[in-house]
Amino acid sequence: MRILDGGLVTTVQDTGRYGHYHIGMPPSGAMDQFAHKVGNWLVGNDESDATLEMTYMGAEIEFEEDIVFAVTGADMDPSLEDEPIPTWTAVQAEAGDTLSFGFATEGARAYLAVAGGIDIEPVMGSRATYTLIGIGGHEGRSLEEGDELPVGESSADTDELLGTPIDETDRPDYSQSEINVVMGLCDYRLTDEGRQRFLDADWNVSDEADRVGYRFEGPDITDMFEEREQPFGAGTDVTNVVDLGYPVGSIQMAGQPIILMRDAVTGGGYVTVGTVVSPERDALAQCRTHSTVDFTAVDVDEALEIRQERDAHLESIQESL
Amino acid sequence: MSEKTITRQELQSPRYEYGGDDWVFVELAEAMSFDANFKAQAITQEIRQNSLEGLVEVAPSNASYLIQFDPSVLHPDELIDELKSLEEEIDVSEYQWEARVFDIPVFYDDPWTHETLMDFRERHQDPDATDLEYSAELNGFDSVEAFIDHHSGAPHMVTMIGFVPGLPFCFQMVPHDEQIEVPKYEQPRTATPSRAIGFGGAFTAIYPVPGAGGYQLYGRTPVEVLDVDQELSAFEDSMVLPNPGDILNFRQIDRDEYDAIRSEVEDGTYQYNYDRVEFETQAFFDDPHGYNEQLLEVLD
Repeated sequence: MRILDGGLVTTVQDTGRYGHYHIGMPPSGAMDQFAHKVGNWLVGNDESDATLEMTYMGAEIEFEEDIVFAVTGADMDPSLEDEPIPTWTAVQAEAGDTLSFGFATEGARAYLAVAGGIDIEPVMGSRATYTLIGIGGHEGRSLEEGDELPVGESSADTDELLGTPIDETDRPDYSQSEINVVMGLCDYRLTDEGRQRFLDADWNVSDEADRVGYRFEGPDITDMFEEREQPFGAGTDVTNVVDLGYPVGSIQMAGQPIILMRDAVTGGGYVTVGTVVSPERDALAQCRTHSTVDFTAVDVDEALEIRQERDAHLESIQESL
Repeated sequence: MSEKTITRQELQSPRYEYGGDDWVFVELAEAMSFDANFKAQAITQEIRQNSLEGLVEVAPSNASYLIQFDPSVLHPDELIDELKSLEEEIDVSEYQWEARVFDIPVFYDDPWTHETLMDFRERHQDPDATDLEYSAELNGFDSVEAFIDHHSGAPHMVTMIGFVPGLPFCFQMVPHDEQIEVPKYEQPRTATPSRAIGFGGAFTAIYPVPGAGGYQLYGRTPVEVLDVDQELSAFEDSMVLPNPGDILNFRQIDRDEYDAIRSEVEDGTYQYNYDRVEFETQAFFDDPHGYNEQLLEVLD
């Protein structure tokens, strides 16, 4: 397939690159794993096959061979040869057809899965693009006009794939504003009142919101912390800690809260106060700049339950296909 | 009078923290010490080796460590129980590992980091001094030269890799009263040259790629710590140069040597000067200066 227009930011992504966090390598991979996986299943792929992740404004793509594809995630009004096509369902394209997208009307990231997957040579076990150091995906960067992407062989029966859309009720609601977090990590640094203010506030997604992290705007955080004599090696600011590891999904307090996403910086010297539960990192990936979220504290058992429900939901979708 | 040994730190009891449903973060101490770091390295090495099912990431950090796991295979409380028993079993003073000692040439007070730090004076505690002048004065040195001599006068242990791929955090291998401590910038810079040598808190960092940063800027090395294409011979096994537990010796070089090394690095012909040693914590604790000298002999 050929890229006629790369859209705003379009990258090749998959389920991620693991086992290298200790050398500072974040997992990368699709920001919304739910949409990525369901897209792959719709076209008969494994969930780990590579898809295209498009951000806010989609790409324009020409298929060079007959192919089955599916678009999931944010709604970017896709059309094939200028005819609107449904999302969350497998669609047949013919050689020479052009698939185009507009601006996202709901959500922030759409996924294009093609039968056979995008067949790029994996780097350290993954095809996910990590642009900071230029690895994975297509030349380690966002796609541009003229890029050619190889498509793998599909073993799926095309006729069986077509015409089974994902049920409306199974599609995520991208207007979700409540994000569940497990408070912890270094949250002992917060005063009781600071912690309450953090949880009570409405936080706006700033325009600094990308694959590395989402910066939020809201109340001043500087007086949310306990005063202390700073420990040796931490630095002098009240939000400084001895540089430590940041989980993907963790909330780092660097001037304002930043939630680290799949191209996370893996560590640093700002205090972390909690972690978004894993399924809701997908929801956050669909939150748009200037939207508002509020954080709800859950305990680890509730977090595990949320994950189990998500796993069961994905399993039921996979079985229905 | 100066301390002659590494004073052992009694660690408080570790904080075991859930990171959502799929991470566990363990803070061994709030303050930096060799005890905290060696313990983090020992526990993370042990947990890797005992092949607990469901581990995804195991990452030691300066005075803490981080583990990601698959909760459908491994319950976080089961993992924490395992970590607690390792924590009790491990005696840092008996711990030893194979470390690599690297010669890292540094052009201190170089023109590139100088230009960058001058561009961000308004974000600094002391806008009228350079980062080196500020750090030297704060740590009681008479001159920038004396400060640089101190920073390059004893090797540094890599105590964590992170922030971005290949960025080493290094802790100088000297007694506590000889440790440098410097605040980070009041507001982080939006730019840092690649291969800049920075310092924040008690750590030296080498920035592998250009980007944001909050550490004080002291110099620049001509050698890479990240080689994505693995073209340089020292990167045969990994795109990242040092691992946690390796030892870096910063060596002062001038512009001519910087340029000469840089052109070899760019040609892909540069041969890093490094060798392997068996690092023994107790020997280091007992006589850090003597032990360091012995370690550095492998670079001759």
